[in-house]
Amino acid sequence: MTGVRLKRSGGCLGVLLKIAMLGLANALTLWAAPVLIGDRQYGLLAGLFLGVLAIDYVFIAKKAYPVRFLLPGFLLLTLMVVCPIGYTIYVAFTNFSSGHILSKQMAIDQYRNRYVKQVDLPAYKSGYFRNRAGAIVVLMTDRRGNRLIGREGKAYPLEISGLNPVDSDNDGNLDHLGDFIRLGTQQIFPMIGKLQNLTFAYRDVLLKMNSLEEFASYLPQYRYDARQDSLVDKTTGVIYYARAGRFASTNGTYLDIGYRTAVGWRNFKDLLTDRRIANPFLRVLMWTLIWATFSVIGAFTLGILLAVLLDDVKLRLRGLYRALLIIPYAFPVFVSALIWRGLFNVEFGQINAMLAPILGFKIPWLQDPFWAKVALLITNLWLGFPYMMLISLGALQSIPNELREAATVDGASGWQQFSFITLPLLLSMLLPLLIASFAFNFNNFNVIYLVTEGRPAIPGALTPTGATDILISYTYRMAFEGGVGARNYGLAATVSLFIFLIVSAITWINFKFTGALKEAPER
Amino acid sequence: MSGRSWRASHHHNQPWKHMMIWGAIAFTFLPVVWIVSASLDPSNSLTSSTLLPKYASFDNFKTIFTDRQQPIGKWYLNTLKVSCLTSILVVMVTSLMGYAFSRLRFRGRRSGLYTLVLLQMFPQMLAMVAIYLILFTAGQYIPAFGLDTHTSLILVYLGGAIGVNVWLIKSYFDTIPRSLEESVYIDGATPFQSFLHIMLPLARPILAVTFFLQFMATYSEFVLAKILLATSDKYTMAVGLHNFIAEKYTQRWGVFSAASLLGAIPILVLFWALQKQLVSGLTRGAVNE
Repeated sequence: MTGVRLKRSGGCLGVLLKIAMLGLANALTLWAAPVLIGDRQYGLLAGLFLGVLAIDYVFIAKKAYPVRFLLPGFLLLTLMVVCPIGYTIYVAFTNFSSGHILSKQMAIDQYRNRYVKQVDLPAYKSGYFRNRAGAIVVLMTDRRGNRLIGREGKAYPLEISGLNPVDSDNDGNLDHLGDFIRLGTQQIFPMIGKLQNLTFAYRDVLLKMNSLEEFASYLPQYRYDARQDSLVDKTTGVIYYARAGRFASTNGTYLDIGYRTAVGWRNFKDLLTDRRIANPFLRVLMWTLIWATFSVIGAFTLGILLAVLLDDVKLRLRGLYRALLIIPYAFPVFVSALIWRGLFNVEFGQINAMLAPILGFKIPWLQDPFWAKVALLITNLWLGFPYMMLISLGALQSIPNELREAATVDGASGWQQFSFITLPLLLSMLLPLLIASFAFNFNNFNVIYLVTEGRPAIPGALTPTGATDILISYTYRMAFEGGVGARNYGLAATVSLFIFLIVSAITWINFKFTGALKEAPER
Repeated sequence: MSGRSWRASHHHNQPWKHMMIWGAIAFTFLPVVWIVSASLDPSNSLTSSTLLPKYASFDNFKTIFTDRQQPIGKWYLNTLKVSCLTSILVVMVTSLMGYAFSRLRFRGRRSGLYTLVLLQMFPQMLAMVAIYLILFTAGQYIPAFGLDTHTSLILVYLGGAIGVNVWLIKSYFDTIPRSLEESVYIDGATPFQSFLHIMLPLARPILAVTFFLQFMATYSEFVLAKILLATSDKYTMAVGLHNFIAEKYTQRWGVFSAASLLGAIPILVLFWALQKQLVSGLTRGAVNE
């Protein structure tokens, strides 16, 4: 290996660059610290500090030289695989869901920011003004014509504000307040969100926007009682105690925003005992097993059949056939799955267009649970058989010819030869790949979701569940499709752990068969 | 009969065989033929589609790049960008790791390798809820690493790709004789220089295979992209096309078909180019018992 010229290690530029990068990483961490402390994210802060210290050590200490090669990958694995696994386990033991997203403190703060309009106190007609710097003041006029200025959280009479009111066109509406200029409706609309959040303290109430033209007097609705750990509704006097993730009163009512908290084994218990969850869950589990089994058997049967046909060297057009038959394997799955979904369209799909004249009726693909399952299996057969054909072809080539010749000499028919010699040999060779393919289809989210989205729906299920959902799509829909009110992250994480247990068991069985590591199949 | 090879002995069966194979080919090509025909049919609807469109035009393909409401062209570029960046970074990160595991000796080397195997057993998809929540939190502090960014999507893909690929590259490095590196060590090179100037050029074939396999995997990934990406401008092909067509098959069938064909092309091309390696890799896996 001559001809490669190398600089001496640790060139001046390299060292400087290294110091600069390390300096930058450390500076960023120090800069982030106050922010994270302010938000009480101590875990994140500790992680960040340990991470940066580790990086410093690795790039300064000679002893840690090999680790420099591993560091980028190690960080990525930690952040994107290990942390998510750990966090999944944690979330499975919490009530984390769309009604329980905030920490308890944040939930209490939300309630503290809720106000009740005081109808017996004055309301004000409002006008909005802005200066060059973008600061906003609100002019509030009550029925008697008293004018207040709302500015930077406080309201006070116009007279003492120091702003000079100008009505240049004499229409009774002020156009200028000092250097603040009145905003027209066109200018107000884009800022409504901002204006709605303005509050001005005035005497012992808060002035807040009631409608675009009106500010009204408000008082906070809730008071937090730290000693009792409860929120008191000042309008009704009802006390809501913080219990298991929400604020509940003694007569059984509770407030809409809950908070996130550990709930022990509750998700696991719900999954196995709550009828509205357990029944759909079991149905989904059953179909997942059937789906994975039939997908493997179907693709393997067709694959092996074609492999045996193509294995004949004398067969004409053999190369062309093989090339044509692996086409599905060369298509991105999302493309093929979506195409099949269109083909299975009940009203206008090509498949019904071809079958309806023969059958005399339209098959309710994708509408009826049974036919939706058939459609899925057909799609997966199309996607899966080329892989099975290819591995079977490979395996067939490794079966010694003499074995089959001997069988022929002994008078075995083609079928006997296949079923007593070829098939058992193939099965023993391919079993690990078949198991891996089972594990793959067990979690084959793409085909299920892209073709049916899990539908048709199972009635009465607490989370969005369909007759063709497999566990992984069931999990996905539980966490991301429940609509605003019903995304259950905690329960979804629990189902993830169940899936992991099952898949681990399958992988473990596979290790037993192979005694070694195997790559998962491509598809 | 016994004098001939058994393979040649079933000549009389052949018409039957050809018929079965042609049946399978028909099944294989059913969706392909329809999609090609629909992509050329300007009526753009599933309702009226026939196998041979009355008029053929490339209108549907034009729409892909001109429709501003449904920026399919943008999704296409996004997909290519995310897949390319992910694959390049995967090759960089995993070849560094593979080199260390193959050539350097350090404490924890073996346990590191086994940890990789264990982590690889856990499909990243299963942690989707956690990944979503973590990125949601991260985005509160650094929007660039939050939800709905290509940066986080690429980082998530990278994390998930390391386990498999480190082993692949390490095994290849193992087959390169150590003697090739000795001359540069005599010249006083560091292992990193030897890695950069000697090992990487020698490992080009496996780096290319890693790149393309990763490219194909990233290109087709759906669920993580679906969870992470929220705005239409950021979508990848898989997410965008799904949203584009779900529930609207009847009105958008033509444009969808054209987009599908276009979307399939990069993978088809790669597949043909890499066919030998892919197929031999599969069969080796099958026969190695």
